[in-house]
Amino acid sequence: MSPVLDIKDLSIAYRTPAGDVRAAQHVNLTINKGEVVGLCGESGSGKSTLAYGACRLLRPPAVVTGGSVLYSGVRTGTVMPIDILRVPQRDLRAIRWRDVAIVFQSAMNALNPVLRVRDQITDAMTAHLRLSKDAAHEKASKLLDLVGIPRERLRSYPHELSGGMRQRVMIAMALAADPEVVIMDEPTTALDVVVQRDILAQIVELKETLGFSVLFITHDMSLLLELCDRIAVMYAGRIVELGRAADLKEAPAHPYTQGLLRSFPSLRGARRDLSGIPGTPPDLRDPPHGCPFIPRCGFAQPGCAQVDMSLLPVPGGRSPLHVTACPFVTPEIAAKAALLEQQPTAAEGALS
Amino acid sequence: MTQDAAITLTSAAAGNGPLALEATGLSKDFRLGRGAILHAVRDVNISLYKGAVVALVGESGSGKSTVARMLAGQERPTAGVIELDGEPVDVRTGRAFRRYKSEVQYVFQDPFGSLNPVHSVGYHLARPVRLHQGRDVDVKKRVIELLEQVRLTPATQFEPKYPHELSGGQRQRVSFARALAAEPNVLLADEPVSMLDVSIRLEMLNLLDDLRKRLRLALLYITHDIASARYFADEVLVMYGGQVVERGPAEEITQQPAHPYTQLLIASAPDPDNLGSVLKSGNSVPRARGAGSGPAAVGCPFSNRCPLADDKCRAENPALHQLTAVRAAACWRLPEAAPELFATGTA
Amino acid sequence: MKALARLWRRLPGTARAGVIVLVVFLLIAIIGPEVTPYNPGVTTPLQAASPSAAHLLGTTQTGQDVLSQILVGVRLTLELAFWVGVIATGLSVIIGVTAAYAGGLVDEFLSLVTNVFLVIPALPLLIVLLGFLSGTSSGQGQLPVIFVLSLLGWPWGARVIRAQALSIRSRDFIAAARETGERSWRIIVFDVIPNMVSLIAASFVNTVLYAVGASVALAFIGLTDPNQWSLGTMLYWAELGNALQIGAWWWYVPPGLAIAFLGTALVLLNTGIDELSNPRLRDARSTTKIAGRRVWPTDPTPVLGTAYGHRGLAGLARSFSRKSLIDEAAVSAGNTEKAGELT
Repeated sequence: MSPVLDIKDLSIAYRTPAGDVRAAQHVNLTINKGEVVGLCGESGSGKSTLAYGACRLLRPPAVVTGGSVLYSGVRTGTVMPIDILRVPQRDLRAIRWRDVAIVFQSAMNALNPVLRVRDQITDAMTAHLRLSKDAAHEKASKLLDLVGIPRERLRSYPHELSGGMRQRVMIAMALAADPEVVIMDEPTTALDVVVQRDILAQIVELKETLGFSVLFITHDMSLLLELCDRIAVMYAGRIVELGRAADLKEAPAHPYTQGLLRSFPSLRGARRDLSGIPGTPPDLRDPPHGCPFIPRCGFAQPGCAQVDMSLLPVPGGRSPLHVTACPFVTPEIAAKAALLEQQPTAAEGALS
Repeated sequence: MTQDAAITLTSAAAGNGPLALEATGLSKDFRLGRGAILHAVRDVNISLYKGAVVALVGESGSGKSTVARMLAGQERPTAGVIELDGEPVDVRTGRAFRRYKSEVQYVFQDPFGSLNPVHSVGYHLARPVRLHQGRDVDVKKRVIELLEQVRLTPATQFEPKYPHELSGGQRQRVSFARALAAEPNVLLADEPVSMLDVSIRLEMLNLLDDLRKRLRLALLYITHDIASARYFADEVLVMYGGQVVERGPAEEITQQPAHPYTQLLIASAPDPDNLGSVLKSGNSVPRARGAGSGPAAVGCPFSNRCPLADDKCRAENPALHQLTAVRAAACWRLPEAAPELFATGTA
Repeated sequence: MKALARLWRRLPGTARAGVIVLVVFLLIAIIGPEVTPYNPGVTTPLQAASPSAAHLLGTTQTGQDVLSQILVGVRLTLELAFWVGVIATGLSVIIGVTAAYAGGLVDEFLSLVTNVFLVIPALPLLIVLLGFLSGTSSGQGQLPVIFVLSLLGWPWGARVIRAQALSIRSRDFIAAARETGERSWRIIVFDVIPNMVSLIAASFVNTVLYAVGASVALAFIGLTDPNQWSLGTMLYWAELGNALQIGAWWWYVPPGLAIAFLGTALVLLNTGIDELSNPRLRDARSTTKIAGRRVWPTDPTPVLGTAYGHRGLAGLARSFSRKSLIDEAAVSAGNTEKAGELT
């Protein structure tokens, strides 16, 4: 499987008067053709920074301090791979939206409130694709069909559409140039679960038809477990675990992933005991030595401060693709600890 | 819409303590431009008991926040009665409103907007203490106590801080503390954790649970996340289109939903164990389009999206039909939607 | 003191210039009248004399010392402008915030009043009022001008303040204050207004600016008391004495420049207040210096260690070159092929 997007050793910082905020540090992530890769993290994890930084969409004071982002898509007459970070500005404009498209988090903020839907889509198309106005109109209609919006809605303004429809318009716009990679930043967070499932099913269907890859960013781990082929878990600017969805669900290796999985109440099956993760994420201006998760980790030991956070295969893992940044905790250790924890349930503050 | 079913129905939350707040037939209409009326809430009955948690679950636009605001006294109901400790509530005058506020408090959803950026944490807590605890109280001591109650320790460090110096979770704790400063019996929590990071939501809900137990609060928990309602609440009321479409004990509703809408909600929630999911690559199945429409104006509000809807559903709005002593659902097609329940329940 | 130092550091360069000039004017206003070399009203036989050692800014046609007049005039002008600022801004705040918070009929009524005052042609009204007042016994000194300018100076600020108060009123923390049981007046004074401090400050500076300009204009036309040595009155007398024709530039240029500098300083201060209160303005309009490079907000995120860019002629040439890694022609051909798949 050849990677379509290969992020190598990417580091991004925000230059503030108080010092550099290291929002992403030495991140390695590949996205293969036709794959759905999930990027899971909470606020301050760096997941949005990573996605936007990889396309150089971050505004000052953001700086990319190192690494490369190699794109190897289908494009005639070009030598691949291209390093998005080092390409001249005119080429960057060509790559954006045509090869790598982004669906932003809040459609209400990303759509221009004074332009009709049709004008927004055709605007982008005539700028990037050099289509005539009529061809662009026709294509916009077909795109709305694709995402399941009635064609009459082309003449609506964003505020006249429901939240779900607005998000579909965003997706239609992102797909208009037939990109290879679609980055989706929390596309369904503001929507209710029924609409969310609908839209996501639509996206999967489109992916099967058109063949693009998806980088799906969200904090909702249970959604990623259902949706994605592979998942990367980010904490404090670093990837702490990466692997197939099945592996992360059955045998999470990093204590943060385990904590996350225990933070989601489930509707099906027996009522598990929930614990969440105590504490708060670290200040990224002064990243601690070693693993940033130490203050919140139940398995912290003296050696943790010397961990270099490189991703290594999980010992005893089912696949060499399943890697973790924690050299001490294995799935068995975690499982045993979880069992121990569940015994004195009444005494603990766990909800019963 | 008849309410005889509600009279014999007991709330699943009833066992925990005495009745604190009860709303009967609560309705709210909003007048839109050009003569249109929005029926935001239609005929809702809620009973809040001390020491119990009632969850109000629904999507945005279902009317759940409007119900909470009416219970908080922020909106005047178009119809219906709210009774606090058995006495009908009237908050038209400023004094009556303030007295009501010392019994019933509302916690806002957005930790980043509900604190005034120009005032310190101490100010935010001192004001309600002064307003509700009379003149003899030691304000400073009480503020420290409140901070310790919501586990913002060391309290003396947090007291002079400003909202922008706190994290989302800390700000939400201050919001809780502010509500508790009035020493209420009823706490209306409108999506208290949805804007917080996932890993700290549990801590917050645990805190609320703890406060409920220790202070014998009657808690109304409003959320769009039915999974958290399963864990946290005693009774769940599912709202759609301004109406309660199903009510009952939290565990039963989530494990054996009777109303087609509740069934849809449960089926739509992300499920990592669902290997045959339409969201998995390669499992694509052609889906029925046509979602995205709002509640129907005539008949059952869910009739335009319900796979079981027939002509009666589209013409007449069903009332809550009692299924067991503690469960009810508003649906004409219950025998098909929940056959096992219907057979055993009281017809 | 520390808070002031912090504010100073956050001000952009232009605003700092404005503040410095204003401080100079304030000093002149405070000590000016005490250090006048001559009594400004005293006439001397040295008529319309150009600047000399004895009279640093020359004399008027009646031999009065221009420098002394200016030193006194600055205080009078600033005093008047300050009072108009305070009264008019006070009125705008009271009316604007009350209208926003009360809503309903009160808002309708107050907005109507505001709009009426806005729409009334100011200059004719000023002329009429001043003409009326100067005929009465209270027509002496600056009081009539202060009264009239305040009366006409509050509506603009009231509209802006009402708009912001409306937006603050809809914020959660105001609803939370009501939920706590606070009384309305307390919410207005302690919760709404503290969040509007920078807008009120900007409105105040704006009103002061308006007062300076308007009072000078009125004095120039001769509607104010000509026996007061304000800057505007100086211009009035200069005009009457045909200063332009007789070439006595020292008579009208210094007061004119003083007014211009004062006005400019106020405007610069206002932009500083704007930027202090809305950090997004700061980010949006200017470039940032990162890693020694100027980066515009619309530029792609800079990457450290890359040689390309707009530095130097080579970089400039490259940015205009037609050659690129990606063949444009091939791209559009390729894309129309792929686009066909969508149909």
